[in-house]
Amino acid sequence: MTTPAIAADTRPWTDPDAQPFISIRHITKRFGDVEAVKDISLDIYRGELFCLLGGSGCGKSTLLRMLAGFEAPSEGQILIDGQDMAHVPADKRPTNMMFQSYALFPHMSVEKNVAYGLLREGKSKAEAYASAAEMLKLVKLGSFAKRKPHQLSGGQRQRVALARALIKKPKLLLLDEPLGALDKKLREETQFELIRIQETLGVTFIVVTHDQDEAMTLATRIGVMDNGVIQQVGEPREIYETPNSRYVADFIGSVNLFEGVVGPAAPDLMRVETTDLGAVSVPPVKGLTQGQTVWLALRPERITLTRNAPDGVPNAVQGLVEDVGYVGHMSAYRVRLANGRVIRVTQSNRLRDEDPISWDEHIHASWNASVVRVLTQ
Amino acid sequence: MSAAAPVWAMSRRGAVLALAALAVLLRMDVLPIAADAGAPLSLLVAAAALLFLAVELGDWLGISRRWLVIAVPMLWLFVFFLVPFIVLGRISLAEPMIARPPYSPLWERGPDGSFNIIASFENFQFLYEDALYRNAYLSSIRVAGISTIFALLIGYPIAYYIARSPEPRRSVLLLLVILPFWTSFLLRVYAWIGFLRRDGVINNILSWLGVIDEPLVMMQTDFAVYIGIVYTYLPFMILPLYATLVKLDDSLLEAAGDLGASPTVTFLTVTLPLSLPGIVAGSMLVFIPAIGEYVIPALLGGPDTLMIGRVLWDEFFSSRDWPVASAVAIVMLVLVVVPIMWLQAVQNREAPK
Repeated sequence: MTTPAIAADTRPWTDPDAQPFISIRHITKRFGDVEAVKDISLDIYRGELFCLLGGSGCGKSTLLRMLAGFEAPSEGQILIDGQDMAHVPADKRPTNMMFQSYALFPHMSVEKNVAYGLLREGKSKAEAYASAAEMLKLVKLGSFAKRKPHQLSGGQRQRVALARALIKKPKLLLLDEPLGALDKKLREETQFELIRIQETLGVTFIVVTHDQDEAMTLATRIGVMDNGVIQQVGEPREIYETPNSRYVADFIGSVNLFEGVVGPAAPDLMRVETTDLGAVSVPPVKGLTQGQTVWLALRPERITLTRNAPDGVPNAVQGLVEDVGYVGHMSAYRVRLANGRVIRVTQSNRLRDEDPISWDEHIHASWNASVVRVLTQ
Repeated sequence: MSAAAPVWAMSRRGAVLALAALAVLLRMDVLPIAADAGAPLSLLVAAAALLFLAVELGDWLGISRRWLVIAVPMLWLFVFFLVPFIVLGRISLAEPMIARPPYSPLWERGPDGSFNIIASFENFQFLYEDALYRNAYLSSIRVAGISTIFALLIGYPIAYYIARSPEPRRSVLLLLVILPFWTSFLLRVYAWIGFLRRDGVINNILSWLGVIDEPLVMMQTDFAVYIGIVYTYLPFMILPLYATLVKLDDSLLEAAGDLGASPTVTFLTVTLPLSLPGIVAGSMLVFIPAIGEYVIPALLGGPDTLMIGRVLWDEFFSSRDWPVASAVAIVMLVLVVVPIMWLQAVQNREAPK
């Protein structure tokens, strides 16, 4: 895998000497007997847009609420900009939060909602409303200042909530499912809007989401959470291309997983014996012993379907097209292998008038050895 | 379908007529049914016949059947509210007379056969000019107002606590608030006499503890009236407050805290304004009955506790001056209804959809 050439200072996590802005150290949160967050340690750097990604109940919101100060950790320490947050209540923290439900004050106008934080700081009304107007301009709601929240659409409310959370120029903005209540088209537009605002203001964002597309688009880095534990932290590309576990591989995008046993060692290509695909050549992985059980992860888009046997490709199997889903820019295939296992394959539709592979065709599925990811857990 | 419909309507009309005939027959005791079974049966059949006749009549007149649903409460309001109010209004315009009923008729024929309507606003003018009534109104408003404020100050924290309690405890607490209604209101006011009187529970405990040498005088004071009213009407304050506070979204409070508001500021800027509908509803539910309260001042208050309810009673039953008593009642009604209507109008204007 090749990493895109980004200047080192925009990727501080690659620099071992960089000072983290937020340090989460061995944080555990228990509700009664239930451990919602289990011994999580995480460093987040200034200016990052960090996404906590996971299914519902994985502990991501609890972690966010501990950063905001709404929940106290059972164990562990949170440092923001070097300062221990243990005894700092929510109203004294240099963080602001954008709530999933937006939590706009229904009895106040948009302008009053946005100015609320500044008025609590003791700013004069004139000053607070002037800043609120400026912030509303940034989120493109300049003409809605006098409206009440119930007179706005969902997307407008979302932007009011964002403006209100940003007005105090927090060091850290926490966003709980910021785009969850928007429809798909609006969500895609708003994703880039969020990035624009984050870059304009230079605020560090931590976003909680269950939507992997959202996380991939927004994030500088993603932390994949499951069952109170962070499974993997990495840049979107890293998470997608080199998942460290079956859970992450399956959670991010679509994947075909094959169980197999490591075969005898070879100098530059290893072989793994699988029941579904037979012997598969994979790129060599350090630390594997012969006879060890491993899983092979193969992304649907890395598999090529051909009517004739491909030449010179060591990894190929035969199968029968069981189902085709035409999505427009690509087609999704379900291919049944000889032993009955069904694999998912996607082929991009580059040409308008090509003769696509269709139902009930006997085909060859092939892939390059380098695209196979070997997982040990 | 289209052919069957008129036939069905015809047969239905026949059935309704048959039912009505049956009702009449039952009423006339023509059918050979035992008398004790016949009476309830005839009532039932008559009611059913009337209902169906009303439906038929409504259809015939082109009135939607939906109106029938609200017809019963409307009829109730008409018979037990509007009609008495009109009667009261009519009496308030009359003059007292030693007669039965003790007021002048609405009209009389002069000796020359002329037709005179007897009606004047003298009674209202009398109320306005006599300081007794003015003071009674003012003192009623004061007592009701102070009681409402105390009920609010006591009720708000209770309602807040109940609304924030986790589920099993919340239901129990709500039940405890409603529990006093299981006992008659009158009995509970009498029970307060046992607490407040000279040798009552409170004085006994305090003198046993050595806090007081002389028993405190609490009965037959305004203090006892306030205690009685606040105690009696507290649930009416708590329940509407609870209803608004329980709907309060926790994330709003968190959002206020997140934006730098201390718990006190959060309460003043978020919780309090959002619970205003509950405060208004609860205050009205306490203030309105307290203004016309008769039993509590009569049992717990002293001779100088002047409230309009007592004046009303005295005018009706001691002075037997029905016209002035009616005028007193009408003025009280206007005094209470006008602010309610104003508040309603304000709320309707501001209420978000």
